[in-house]
Amino acid sequence: MLRAALPLLWLPLAGAGATEEPTQEPGSPGEPPPGLALFRWQWHEVEAPYLVALWILVASLAKIVFHLSRKVTSLVPESCLLILLGLVLGGIVLAVAKKAEYQLEPGTFFLFLLPPIVLDSGYFMPSRLFFDNLGAILTYAVVGTLWNAFTTGAALWGLQQAGLVAPRVQAGLLDFLLFGSLISAVDPVAVLAVFEEVHVNETLFIIVFGESLLNDAVTVVLYKVCNSFVEMGSANVQATDYLKGVASLFVVSLGGAAVGLVFAFLLALTTRFTKRVRIIEPLLVFLLAYAAYLTAEMASLSAILAVTMCGLGCKKYVEANISHKSRTAVKYTMKTLASCAETIIFMLLGISAVDSSKWAWDSGLVLGTLFFILFFRALGVVLQTWVLNQFRLVPLDKIDQVVMSYGGLRGAVAFALVILLDRTKIPAKDYFVATTIVVVFFTVIVQGLTIKPLVKWLKVKRSEHHKPTLNQELHEHTFDHILAAVEDVVGHHGYHYWRDRWEQFDKKYLSQLLMRRSAYRIRDQIWDVYYRLNIRDAISFVDQGGHVLSSTGLTLPSMPSRNSVAETSVTNLLRESGSGACLDLQVIDTVRSGRDREDAVMHHLLCGGLYKPRYRKDGMANTEATNGKPPRDLGFQDTAAVILTVESEEEEDSDSSETEKEDDEGIIFVARATSEVLQEGKVSGSLEVCPSPRIIPPSPTCAEKELPWKSGQGDLAVYVSSETTKIVPVDMQTGWNQSISSLESLASPPCTQAPPMTRLPPRSLVTEESQAPLNLPSDLRPSFAFPTSLAKAGRSHSESSADIPQQQELQPLMGHEDHTHLSPGTANSHWCIQFNRGGRL
Amino acid sequence: MGSRSSHAARIPDVDSIQRETGFSQASLLRLYHRFRALDRNKKGYLSRVDLQEIGALAVNPLGDRIIDSFFPDGSLQLDFPGFVRVLAHFRPVDVEDHGNRDPQEPEPLNSRMNKLRFAFQLYDLDRDGKISRHEMLQVLRLMVGVQVTEEQLESIADRTVQEADEDGDGAVSFLEFTKSLEKMNIEQKMSIRILK
Repeated sequence: MLRAALPLLWLPLAGAGATEEPTQEPGSPGEPPPGLALFRWQWHEVEAPYLVALWILVASLAKIVFHLSRKVTSLVPESCLLILLGLVLGGIVLAVAKKAEYQLEPGTFFLFLLPPIVLDSGYFMPSRLFFDNLGAILTYAVVGTLWNAFTTGAALWGLQQAGLVAPRVQAGLLDFLLFGSLISAVDPVAVLAVFEEVHVNETLFIIVFGESLLNDAVTVVLYKVCNSFVEMGSANVQATDYLKGVASLFVVSLGGAAVGLVFAFLLALTTRFTKRVRIIEPLLVFLLAYAAYLTAEMASLSAILAVTMCGLGCKKYVEANISHKSRTAVKYTMKTLASCAETIIFMLLGISAVDSSKWAWDSGLVLGTLFFILFFRALGVVLQTWVLNQFRLVPLDKIDQVVMSYGGLRGAVAFALVILLDRTKIPAKDYFVATTIVVVFFTVIVQGLTIKPLVKWLKVKRSEHHKPTLNQELHEHTFDHILAAVEDVVGHHGYHYWRDRWEQFDKKYLSQLLMRRSAYRIRDQIWDVYYRLNIRDAISFVDQGGHVLSSTGLTLPSMPSRNSVAETSVTNLLRESGSGACLDLQVIDTVRSGRDREDAVMHHLLCGGLYKPRYRKDGMANTEATNGKPPRDLGFQDTAAVILTVESEEEEDSDSSETEKEDDEGIIFVARATSEVLQEGKVSGSLEVCPSPRIIPPSPTCAEKELPWKSGQGDLAVYVSSETTKIVPVDMQTGWNQSISSLESLASPPCTQAPPMTRLPPRSLVTEESQAPLNLPSDLRPSFAFPTSLAKAGRSHSESSADIPQQQELQPLMGHEDHTHLSPGTANSHWCIQFNRGGRL
Repeated sequence: MGSRSSHAARIPDVDSIQRETGFSQASLLRLYHRFRALDRNKKGYLSRVDLQEIGALAVNPLGDRIIDSFFPDGSLQLDFPGFVRVLAHFRPVDVEDHGNRDPQEPEPLNSRMNKLRFAFQLYDLDRDGKISRHEMLQVLRLMVGVQVTEEQLESIADRTVQEADEDGDGAVSFLEFTKSLEKMNIEQKMSIRILK
């Protein structure tokens, strides 16, 4: 929903390009129609948003088409393809409409297309890496950009003085400096688009990318200062104006950063209080970040810097505060918006280039600019790196420098800025536009195409993705502490010292203030990693289904099943896990018979949602113990209401449950042995099953399973028990409590009494024969009845397999009351924690 | 700064220290000044208390252990060579060091292995060459906030040990410790730039 809503914010203006009109088109029919029209064509009312949507659709479809072929996308960066597509589309539009339309408008670009990209990159910026390299990033961003701007501008002016630029390009030194300032800045969008596909090592990436983000302040200042100087006329520029220019650099950059941090603070603080309105959490993130952008833009500060800092600053607290689902929503919405914006930018760049009316070509200027930006970029990088390496622990080597020089891509920011120039003040604007387009196309297409082979050829260290391990996380923290301590001992207040200081300050004050208490309590990076690892385990565990369970149980010492079984043979383990499944299957199958009047009575008794949690639990245990279905149904977890999910699926899967049951029996034949009792309904016809000697072994396990479930802690069926008691959505909490109590009063007797349970199989035989379970002890009935109610629904494995992820989703909503249930046994703590832990989130 | 060398010469055994630790004279001089400053009553050595006086160390969760590592084998006095020897672990690794190093010589103190060993002995309190589950738990208790319950800590410790433990003895040996960190750039992570 949000995903749809947010784009709409900028849709009306986004791609509309030439038709800058927002939604209020004057085209709504002024004169009333003569009569009642059956059919009315209202194109004008919807034109603007419609076109925008269409453009986005075209861009997205193009993306899909590009990615149909792995070969193409592995060779050609997407940005190149999009620009080329834009060129083609622009040509078509030009041919059809006879005028260039749908171009990249600076207003649209800066207000709507750029913010999502910057927010995305700021929010997901690896902050540790960023601050580790902050010195280098700032140097390249500030010094490098200034250097590029001035040298390029001056060199172009020199070129003109030397007569290599045609005299029709009327521009003075200031004009060239202005042009140099806008053409010199490395563009975050282009860098991101290309570097994301190249996968150079993270240090290199963060330096180039960080530079492209932070140099915005310098670019903005230079551009504005030069622009106003040009408008004033060089004669009127006073010395104080230069000073003001320098001062404005600090104002714009620090001001922008400050705005971003203020909004980050507000955002973090706001999300602290959204506990009851989870649904707006993602929205808040976007709104406040966008507000930061607009505020900075309004105060003519560096808006890019503001959003970057906002994203960078708020992430830690926001992620801690918002729910798991919201986190996912934020992540995907952000990525979707950014990718959408990026796509449109490149496509519109291509389209805009077709419009020759804006162009004025001068080969000298174009070639000179191309040469100078490449040359001075490389020279600047080498010089700065030489200085930086005196101070860097890990020096940037030659290869890094080559990639950094070559990776200085120019992009849409430069294009938008050059379009914004005032032709009356800068007569050479058309030449500048043409040159900028060529530069952008050259860097994006030529450099973008060649950077990958270059990186390969130079054997640049690639980034290697490895999953975080607890050991790494823990030791990394140890190292940090050690280094901070050593700096203390040495008496040097260096980077580690300040980082340590900051972390303590953050822990003491900021986190206390900005995180909700429940989140703050469990906020710890080591714990986070541990939690994530467990989640991953759980997911893969469920993904792989129950077949793996047995093997997992074997490999993971902490698995309950292993501890519970005295015998270590594989078959026994299998049986063990199988029996757990059977227990529940049994129940369900019994239900399936549905003939039992008692069952019906019981069903009505338990009706009204009471049984549902229990039902879910059954499903859960089942999936785990037997072979859960592959996670094809995971999508169901998206359904908001748990109850609904269950029910809808009940219907759907009622037929499939039959076959699945078959599967169970076939695959884990032990399971069938255990489930003899339950299968009475289904197997009623085939008596052979019942008398089989297998009946005996399972029954004890049944009892075993049952007991721990009852007590809520037992080394054996730990995971069964933990879910049973804990995986309850919050809205069902009360109902669940009731049901628990009612269940305990009703159903527990059979469960607790292991002997009756063990005796069940034989009795069920009788039951089957007599067809009336009347002779059952009254206390046994609930156990049958209960399942019956469930079974009527015809439970399905698929549904239950969806349960586990769902459970994870739900947990954040729950209050924290779980840990009391933790089975204290250290042996199985692993799995227990895994399921319990979520409740605290 | 022409007097620097004469200052450095005042440090006793400066040459042998320099050879052992690889510090530059400037760094040694700086460390010597620091050493003297930490030595409160000019006794010529540092005691535990001297280090404990450093304010920031008191709040460092591993502060005590790091101080301990300055006093090997239960000694109570830390002289300047010992002081520098510990700090030498954190000297950045020179690229050229690798090339012309004599294989006969012992590994420099700032080698990857020695850096790791330094970290390892912070965990391994009983010096048996293994981080037991109990030792892991103790470190975790120091590092993870008090908010996490004991049971949770235990399960983290369990998992951490399990993750690194390859021979199944329920403890992390130094070899396993280095293995678990083989992807990490220790040379970079355990170096301080000014300690050239």
